[in-house]
Amino acid sequence: MKTPDRARVETDDETPATTVEELAPLYRQMLAIRRLEEASAKAYSQGKIGGFLHLIIGQEAVCTGAIAALKPEDYVVATYREHGHAYAKGVAARPIMAELYGKKTGLVKGLGGSMHLFDRATNFLGGYGIVGGHVPIAAGAAFASKYRGDGRVTLCFFGEGASTIGGFAEGLSLAALWKLPVVLICENNQYSMGTPLYRSLAVEDVSMRALAHGMPRDRFDGDDVIKVKRRIAEAVERARETSEPSLVEVITYRFRGHSMSDPGLYRTKDEVEEWRRRDPLTRSRARLTELGMAEDKLAALEDDVKAEIEDAVRFAEESPPADDYHSYVEKV
Amino acid sequence: MREALNQAMREEMERDPNVFIMGEEVGHYNGAYKVTQGLLQRFSERRVVDAPIAEMGFAGVGVGAAMVGLRPIIEFMTFNFSLVAIDQIINNAAKIFQMSGGQYNIPMVFRGPSGPAVQVGSQHSQALESFYAHVPGLKVVMPSTAYDAKGLLKTSIRDDNPVVFMEGETLYGMTGEVPEEEYTIPLGVGDVKREGTHVTLVAWSRMVHTCLDAAKVLAKEDIECEVVDPRTLRPLDHGVITESVKKTGRCVIVEVGWPVAGFGAEIAYRVQRDCLDYLDAPIERVCSDDVPMPYAKNLEDEVQPQVKDVVAAVRRALYLD
Repeated sequence: MKTPDRARVETDDETPATTVEELAPLYRQMLAIRRLEEASAKAYSQGKIGGFLHLIIGQEAVCTGAIAALKPEDYVVATYREHGHAYAKGVAARPIMAELYGKKTGLVKGLGGSMHLFDRATNFLGGYGIVGGHVPIAAGAAFASKYRGDGRVTLCFFGEGASTIGGFAEGLSLAALWKLPVVLICENNQYSMGTPLYRSLAVEDVSMRALAHGMPRDRFDGDDVIKVKRRIAEAVERARETSEPSLVEVITYRFRGHSMSDPGLYRTKDEVEEWRRRDPLTRSRARLTELGMAEDKLAALEDDVKAEIEDAVRFAEESPPADDYHSYVEKV
Repeated sequence: MREALNQAMREEMERDPNVFIMGEEVGHYNGAYKVTQGLLQRFSERRVVDAPIAEMGFAGVGVGAAMVGLRPIIEFMTFNFSLVAIDQIINNAAKIFQMSGGQYNIPMVFRGPSGPAVQVGSQHSQALESFYAHVPGLKVVMPSTAYDAKGLLKTSIRDDNPVVFMEGETLYGMTGEVPEEEYTIPLGVGDVKREGTHVTLVAWSRMVHTCLDAAKVLAKEDIECEVVDPRTLRPLDHGVITESVKKTGRCVIVEVGWPVAGFGAEIAYRVQRDCLDYLDAPIERVCSDDVPMPYAKNLEDEVQPQVKDVVAAVRRALYLD
């Protein structure tokens, strides 16, 4: 039996129609994520944030657009590059920043740090530090939704670097076999740490992995937040209505290194500059202007974001240190 | 013991609709070791889920389902295969409750046969409890009798955080009394399997029976052994062990695992720390030899602790040799 390729057939290079009402909040979210990341980079360089810090600058349209396609009760499972995903799911900047600072008021009380944000209130099922290990967890949350018939959908984010490890292969395979309502989103930022795609994948199109499982697949550029939202929404509706998983690959680019310790010397300046010209924030802002949003409105929105992030930093600075690492492990 | 485990799962699945079983051959095949016999017919494919060969995948599915409130029982066909799922067990199941600042607990059980089997070679015959007992966030249960197995499994399924429930692969056929009425056994409460005054033998799972057999041999020489079974390694009922050692003044720890960094070393440390003034002899350990398990029957027997090895260790502890 030949397994059909269930790739999305229509090519849609057009910019999808939108309105100021739809786009402005998404632009605001993306901008807040960028400012949050910039503020954390600054605090990191001042020694106020420790450990690893993986910034999402340049990729904001992917998590923002994708999560905009969800209902609040839907689940999100993400990687260690997940501050933006948590924010897009509805977590406030204050507890995120306080967590990076390792404070008592942090989202997970200073126990997780940058790579392990979790928030039950917004159904954010976590940030995971082992590449690919979280893909089966996302399948599990979706398994529970199907078991209960609660109609929820799980989004699982991972990089293209995860597509070479077993957790991804097994999670994908089980999601397809059991028809679990999960959308697997590959944020293909083209480098697994410092290794470019062509040196890590025999077939660079990650969405092709869906073929072997008879799974619907999609693949597109992730610069336009509205396009991301529309395309992910198709997969989310399929998961919700027919309990069918999808593999969606979104091509994107991180402007910074893999983490704060990575100067990114494996990429040329020209390459980075070319991608910076496609900055999703610049693009959305220009679109808002086209749609008639006045400059003073945009400036007000931007000032508001600035104030929000400054407040988050102040909150983190002024919060008391974390003080409890015993309460959530049973003493033996 | 097989039937006792089956009853425990059946009763808990009747009691709580969130409990489900997932693993290789658990449903239509009725379990590779028949522990899940008949459960598919009773509870349907929704709750008795046959998984393909993907331990890391389905262990992770269990973790995700547990995060959002289901109570998975993940069966490993044998615990040897848990090694390919160890990232899910250690990095996810064990850590998420703490890593999430107490927001997501993980009510799940990883269970299956464990410990050396018979002539199946080194990859299918090994004791892994010391690996799991090392990890904060996990509980490790190792029953030696049918009665304990049922009561402890029921408690494990009701526990709100992950339990590694290791069944002795060679104990499934062992018979024992199991009462008609419902009962549970708390985790972290050991049991004295035989009372004695001269020496304390500490053992779990199959080694309890090796110790009981050794005690019978020694009784003929008027040496009375007390056999203490902690039943769970994590949490460990340290009190039941020290109480016994304070009475006997001698301690022999018997485990089927390898000697280096084996769980018996942790017990030995705690016993010397808390019972130093009571000890009349150095603490003895009896372990398997420090080698991967050979296949040939004679070599396999030679590698593992036998009754004679326990007898010899007791005699050393009593300065009789």
